[in-house]
Formats: sequence, structure tokens, C-alpha cells
Amino acid sequence: MATLSQSAITDATPASPAPLLDIRKVAKSFGKNPVLRDISLQVAEGEFLTILGESGSGKTTLLRIIAGFENATSGEIFMGGERLDDLPPYRRRVNTVFQHYALFPHLTVAENVGYGLKIAGLPKPEVATRVEQALDMVKMTPYAGSKPSKISGGQQQRIALARALVNRPRLLLLDEPLSALDANLRRQMQVELKSLQREVGISFVFVTHDQEEAMVMSDRIALLRIGQLEQVASPREIYNRPATAYTAQFIGHTNLLSGEVKDGVARCHSLSWRTGLRDGPGLFSLRPENIRLADGPAEAATVRFRGRVLRQAFHGATELLQIECADGLTLSIRAASRENWDGDLDLEFSSADAVPVKQSQERV
Amino acid sequence: MFSRAYRAAITLPPLVWVVVFLLVPYALLFCYSFWSVSPSQVIVHSWTLDNYRQLFRVNVYWQTLFRSMWIAARVTIFSLLLGYPLAYYLSFYAGKRKDLFYQLVIIPLWVSYLVRAYAWKTILGSDGVLNTLLQYVHFTKHPLEFLLYSPFAVVLTLTHIYTPFAFLPIYASLEHIPRNLIEASHDLGASPFQTFWRVIFPLSIPGVLAGATFAFVLSLGDFLAPLLLGGPSGIMISNIVVSLFGAAYNWPLGAAISFCMLALVLALLFLSENLEKKWSYR
Repeated sequence: MATLSQSAITDATPASPAPLLDIRKVAKSFGKNPVLRDISLQVAEGEFLTILGESGSGKTTLLRIIAGFENATSGEIFMGGERLDDLPPYRRRVNTVFQHYALFPHLTVAENVGYGLKIAGLPKPEVATRVEQALDMVKMTPYAGSKPSKISGGQQQRIALARALVNRPRLLLLDEPLSALDANLRRQMQVELKSLQREVGISFVFVTHDQEEAMVMSDRIALLRIGQLEQVASPREIYNRPATAYTAQFIGHTNLLSGEVKDGVARCHSLSWRTGLRDGPGLFSLRPENIRLADGPAEAATVRFRGRVLRQAFHGATELLQIECADGLTLSIRAASRENWDGDLDLEFSSADAVPVKQSQERV
Repeated sequence: MFSRAYRAAITLPPLVWVVVFLLVPYALLFCYSFWSVSPSQVIVHSWTLDNYRQLFRVNVYWQTLFRSMWIAARVTIFSLLLGYPLAYYLSFYAGKRKDLFYQLVIIPLWVSYLVRAYAWKTILGSDGVLNTLLQYVHFTKHPLEFLLYSPFAVVLTLTHIYTPFAFLPIYASLEHIPRNLIEASHDLGASPFQTFWRVIFPLSIPGVLAGATFAFVLSLGDFLAPLLLGGPSGIMISNIVVSLFGAAYNWPLGAAISFCMLALVLALLFLSENLEKKWSYR
């Protein structure tokens, strides 16, 4: 079984010399069932890091270990150079926005927001001022006296955010906070959340299964798969230079081309292009939008081929076409929006866009 | 969705049952409470408020009523003091043993009331388990007499019998508290102790109110425990009602006292229902 080399999972550009949060070799098992293995991850001061993964990948467990609701089976966590994982959750300068908000139903919106400050023993006038500011920040001042059951899901979400941020934590954890909202509101909240994060300058660790959400909001994405980090990189990097086949397929759409490399030339069916890979089997990711209609003279590094349109799917601004080449290879390509794509097409792609990726480790 | 005839067919039997066996007897009893008994022990069917006046004029009646309430109040407090921690432990800390403990609380409810009351008699009597033990360890020379045939024995027995009734609604309300609220409280810096008083306890108040209502109402109307273990000083209002309907043959006065009790209990149920609504958020 092939294992990922260290270079595939470590970040190409280390975030900063002294990370705020430093997760070192954390592993977690429930009974005999391993949920997380060998997780090492840093979060920089003021960074928006997204832990992205399918359900069951262990992303929520990792977040709960940082918050202190679960104990790691092995490994250490440091925050600001001090050991974090031996503190109970109520002594960590970390706050969480829970998936279902977890607002206290017996307290008003203002009392919910002021809960942490009151517990911390701040004088009443200061609690009142800071609650007021926090409600103002999330535009919820008119609802200060309402009970959580009387406000909408989106509003509850804002209150959960205000309740966490009002304590000025060093790190904010967000556990799929937008998953319960409908699509429009979710997009709006993504933008608001991102600009809020820039404004307050607090590090966010955001957990989601939604790759689009991760791309829109994050400074860096940590892609988690069956308890292991698959790749940690900026959204652009992870999209344009996926390290593994799994990453390439999970983030956005892609064509995986499995071929043979010989003397610096990769061959897959009738296609061939130059590559830096050594001889042997090679796996390449080719994004549908990097395949275009061939027009004009061919440049040196482009690969040209012919394909027949099998079917098309309308995506608004673009169409996703299924193309079958003469030798049976099928590819997805992204083309301009048009009612009827038909017949044979002349197509091309630059050999640089066929990104070599590693075969992902099999499921265990 | 169902035909009229079908609905009538399924509603009628329970309706008839309630009318014939509940409403009619209550109505009859209500009439009795305004009648009286002649010196020759015949029921006189002429309307009077004398029975209700007697209840407040004759010391033994209202004193016994107040003693019953005081006994019921103590039973309520002790049942809550026992039932709450038990429910709290079961709901939050029992883990895999939850079901086992739950059954252990429930099983005694299947045991006959009489058996449990007699058990206390064996424990508390002058030759009972407790007195024998206390004399054996030289804690006392003579058997302690206050243990049996006293309000103490009644409170103890009723607490034992009604604690599961206080426990059950408290347990249910604790089980309904979303666990992420407790995590949220810890997350916001509250210690387990602070979390209990600021989150868990306020959210369990409806259960506490329901449990308190059960314990109070059930023990207020109890007559077996005082009969078996109460002695002369531990008599409760239901014992008086029983004797008025029996040996004393004064049904009208018995009915009047019963209706005062009923009014009291209904008022309590109404009050606790409203308080529970005020304290519930779902």
C-alpha cells in the first residue's frame, strides 16, 4: 500500500514563524476505532483556516479536541507557546460557534451574549457596553430582549457568533455554522463572516464539508480524509496544484488521467504530453475548464484531440460537456453556455495544465 | 377523516365510563356535602352549609388538614432532595449503567404499597431492625419510641414511596436538555458548578415543579401510611374522611372535607401547570 510522502501533506508556505495554535501529532480513537491519525497543523495569528472533509473524516472531532470537549488519545496542542490540551474547556481562551448554535433557551439574546462576560466577573456596566457593541456588530440590537426561540435561524447564527466573539478569544472555532441556513442566506453569511474575521483579526478555525464555502472564505484549507490530512494549502494552491487524486476530485471538478510515463512523455490512450515525472505509471488531474476548443495554429506545448459530445449539463454561465474521444476515453470539459452542443469538436489543452497527482491512500 | 359514526363509536365507551364512574359519583358526593345527618342517623336531604362551617370551626379538622399539608410539604422537599441528585447522576454520569439504575428506581413501584409500608414498620418498631441495632451498639438503652407511630414515620415512609414520582419528571427534563448547551457553557468559561446553576437547573425547573406536584398531591391524600405508621399524632386528613364515611357515619361532613381537598388539589395543579409553562422554552 502506497503511503503519502511527507512533502505531499505539509504546507508549501509555512504560515508564520510562531503559530498561534500548534497541533502536534494528534491522534484520537474511540475504543478501537481510529478517528484521527497523526495530525500536525498550525494556525497563524489572524488566519482563517478551514478544516474541510466529508462526513466521517474526523473534522468535527479535531475541532472538539481543540475546544476541549474531547481528549486526544496522543499528541499535544499548544496555543501561544503554552500547553492547551491539559486545560478543561472553560479555561481555554478559545470560543466555539456550535453547529446548531446552542443558544441558552431560558436567556434573552442579550443575556446569551453577555454570558461569558458575566461568568468572567466583569462589572455590570462593562458587560452591558460590550454586549451592546457585539449586538451592533452583528446588526441584532433590536432583538436584545428576545428569547432565542423567537428569532430566525440566520439571526440565531449571528447571536451565536456575537456570544463567542464578545469574549475576545484568541481563537474562534466554528463547527459548520452555516449548514443549517438556506443557500442564499448561506452565501450572504459567508461574505459577512469573512469580512468580520478581517475586522476583528481573530484566528478562525472553520469546519465544513462544503468545498465551495471553504474556497470562498479561507486563507488556507486543511483537507481531511478518513482521519488524516490530505493536503494543507491556500485555496488557489489546492485547486491549481492538488497533491493527490482525492484532493483534485474533492475540490472542484476534474478529469483524472491515468497513463504511462516514458522518457519525459506521458501517454494516456491516444493523448501524450511532456512531463517532468520519472518513468512509470503516472496520474494527472486535468480541470474541465483547461480543455478548450482548438482554434488557430497549435502552440508548442498544447495537446490537440477530437471528441464527440455525449451529453451536456447546464451550469448557468457555463456548460459541462461529456466528450468521448475516438479511443473510448471520456472527458469532462467546460464550455460556453449554449443550447445545443453537438457532433465532433476539435479540442486542446496545455500540457502544463495536466497536473501530476499522487494516488490517494486506499480506505482502510 | 373518519366518519361521524366511527368517531362516536370510539369516543362513547370511555365517555360513558367517565360519566358513570367519575362524574356521577362526584356529583352525588357534592350533593351529600350540603345535606346533613339527623340524630337518629338518617341523611336529611335539605340544603345547608353547616358541613363546610364545621370544617373551619372544629379545631381537629383544620388542624389535621394543616398537619397533612405540613407532612406533604416535608415529603415533597425530601423527595426532591433525594430525587434530583439521583436524576442528575443518572442523566449525566451513569453512562452505560443508566438503564440499570433507571430500572432500580422503577422496580419498587411494582411492589405493593402495603409491603413497603409494613417494611418500614419492621424497621422502625420498638423491636425493629433499627432499634435492635442502636441498642446493640449501645447508642441507646431503651428502644427509641418516636421512630414508629409518629409524623416522622409517616414522612419517612411517604418519602420512600413517592421519591420515584418526583424523580421521573426531573429525570425526563434533564434528559431533554441538549448536551451542546452544557458544552457551550463550558466553552464560555463557566465551571461545571456555574453551569449547573445557570443552565442545567433553570432548564430542569418544569420537571422539578411536576415532581413536587406529584409528591405533594399524592402524599396529601394518603391514608395508609398514617393508618399503619402514624399513630394518634400522625393522623392525616384522609383518615378523618375515611372514618366519617365509616364508623362515624357522617357522609355529609366527609363529603364536604373531600371537596375542600379536591379544590385545594385542583388549585395546586392549576398553579403548577402555569408555572411549568412559564419555565419551559420549547
